[in-house]
Amino acid sequence: MYAGSTSGGIGLELSMIEQIISEHSKDRVVPGGIVWMDIDLKTARDFGGANVVGHMEEQYPNEPVADPERTFFTFDTVVPAKTIPYAENQHIIRRFARKWGLKVYDVDAGIGSHIVIEEGLATPGATMAGTDSHLNILGAVGAFGQGMGDMDIAFIFRTGKTWFEVPRTMRVAVEGRMPRNCSAKDLTLAVVGTLGSKGGLGMSMEMTGDQVESLSLSGRITLASMATEMGAVCALIEPNGEILEHFRSVNGEQPQNVPVHVPDYLFEREVSLDVSDLEALVSMPGKPDKVRPVSSLGTIEVDSVFIGSCTNGSYEDISEVARIVEGTRIHPRVMAKVVPATRSVWKRLLYEGKVKTLFDSGFIISNSGCGGCASGQIGMTGPGEVQVSTSNRNFMGKQGKGDTYLASPRTAAASALLGRIASIDDLGVGQ
Amino acid sequence: MIIEGAVMLLKDENGDLLGDIDTDMIFHNRHLAITDVNEMGKYALGNLKGYEHLPSLKGKVQILIAGDNFGSGSSRQQAVDCFKALGIKALLVRSVGAIYKRNAINAALGLFTIEGTSDGIVRSKDGDRISLDTITGDVKKDDGMIGRIAIPSGVQMDILDAGGLFEYGRRCE
Repeated sequence: MYAGSTSGGIGLELSMIEQIISEHSKDRVVPGGIVWMDIDLKTARDFGGANVVGHMEEQYPNEPVADPERTFFTFDTVVPAKTIPYAENQHIIRRFARKWGLKVYDVDAGIGSHIVIEEGLATPGATMAGTDSHLNILGAVGAFGQGMGDMDIAFIFRTGKTWFEVPRTMRVAVEGRMPRNCSAKDLTLAVVGTLGSKGGLGMSMEMTGDQVESLSLSGRITLASMATEMGAVCALIEPNGEILEHFRSVNGEQPQNVPVHVPDYLFEREVSLDVSDLEALVSMPGKPDKVRPVSSLGTIEVDSVFIGSCTNGSYEDISEVARIVEGTRIHPRVMAKVVPATRSVWKRLLYEGKVKTLFDSGFIISNSGCGGCASGQIGMTGPGEVQVSTSNRNFMGKQGKGDTYLASPRTAAASALLGRIASIDDLGVGQ
Repeated sequence: MIIEGAVMLLKDENGDLLGDIDTDMIFHNRHLAITDVNEMGKYALGNLKGYEHLPSLKGKVQILIAGDNFGSGSSRQQAVDCFKALGIKALLVRSVGAIYKRNAINAALGLFTIEGTSDGIVRSKDGDRISLDTITGDVKKDDGMIGRIAIPSGVQMDILDAGGLFEYGRRCE
């Protein structure tokens, strides 16, 4: 417990990010100051990973990584490789990993940030760096993940540490309880719409309130995953009993040094929003923070639907889609794609018959991984194509040349069935 | 350190500095398999409408000026390296994404935030030659002050001075 401990910062207590950094640095932790910080888990993906290997071989020829037990690669962006350059890059990584005895979560494994939570590697309070800008998803379990460029990661591979500017901390207080027809993604889009693309710029956000505390692990992942879209370094959520039990059951021991939210901390900024009247939301094309209610859109016909990504590729997300579409067919105009986040999610969906449900409803189901975001592993959109996506980014051109709306898995499922952007309320009673 | 060069301003249709320029606009994800820095320059700003021609100005622009939240989005180092490949020495922005800032500093690409309104910087014309003083924060054109930049912190400046993170690391050994 950290409440009451002395900080060199702006209050008598430490914020969650300051608690984590303090456990990993000998330097004085002051908001805005720079510390050298130890990184527990050091990773690179197939995107950026070959560049990391290139730096290692050029800058540190024949020198080992600092901590081979906790240094590994995750292939999740283009899996399996669909182009020769990606295949070449992935194999550069494999050869380097074999040479130095490093683990590779290869093309069948899924999204790295989800794997390290599933396998209990990224425990509450841990630090992790990798070439995934959504690695701050670990805020879902009270851990600090940071996406970094390939130079940074090579330096961390070799030394086990990095320089880091201690972010200032803001609190986002979510008041009220959202209606039952809303999901964690609607809550997340409400936060993004309230703060805007720069609302958390350079900050560590602490997400609080009964609604946040009651989110499942999957819901917490969704919320933490879009810190990047608010410009924030991370969005941290204090672990509750369910999160701690997950790590205890996987690792056989209780996590130590779990960061806690200190309500009396003198936050740099506080933002509150009430979700009592929340409804299904979407982000308009090109702008994750341009958030509108589905009910305000009028009729927008949909050509394609993508369900997956690090934001909404969990078992809970996809099984909910299966529940909504069970026994029905998607609209004949719609091409609907599902990408489970990890192989274990895929396996559970398969063994429980949910893959069959989705298949029978007309969905394309792809290998686990990032899916729509990175180089269009599951396909891109063409000009004029309207896509509803459960991912986190819809910057112009990122997922193709079409118009991509960000939405919850429920809204994506309803839109796939009706052929227009729709909420589950539009499906009628019983859904 | 003094950084000098010709500027190019990234502006919107209203003449304001363009904000929210993300890494897919700077270096699109379809080029991410490229690992050779020399190959990256020709794709710089390739997905930013109106500025796709930047690579054709190689050698003629040394300083780019943009608005808020520059470099948001992905962690790709290529979004920094592509500018280095074109001979860009510095970026002056209203604010910057945290990961992009790290990547720029580590690659010894000067990335500085504009302080205050600094109207003189915003009123610069493409091709104007300006100078930045990283010690004082002064930004000048024709020896006249046109604005100020925030001075980077000690470690960040040390990395820039060393020529990048790897060189800095060797100095510390």
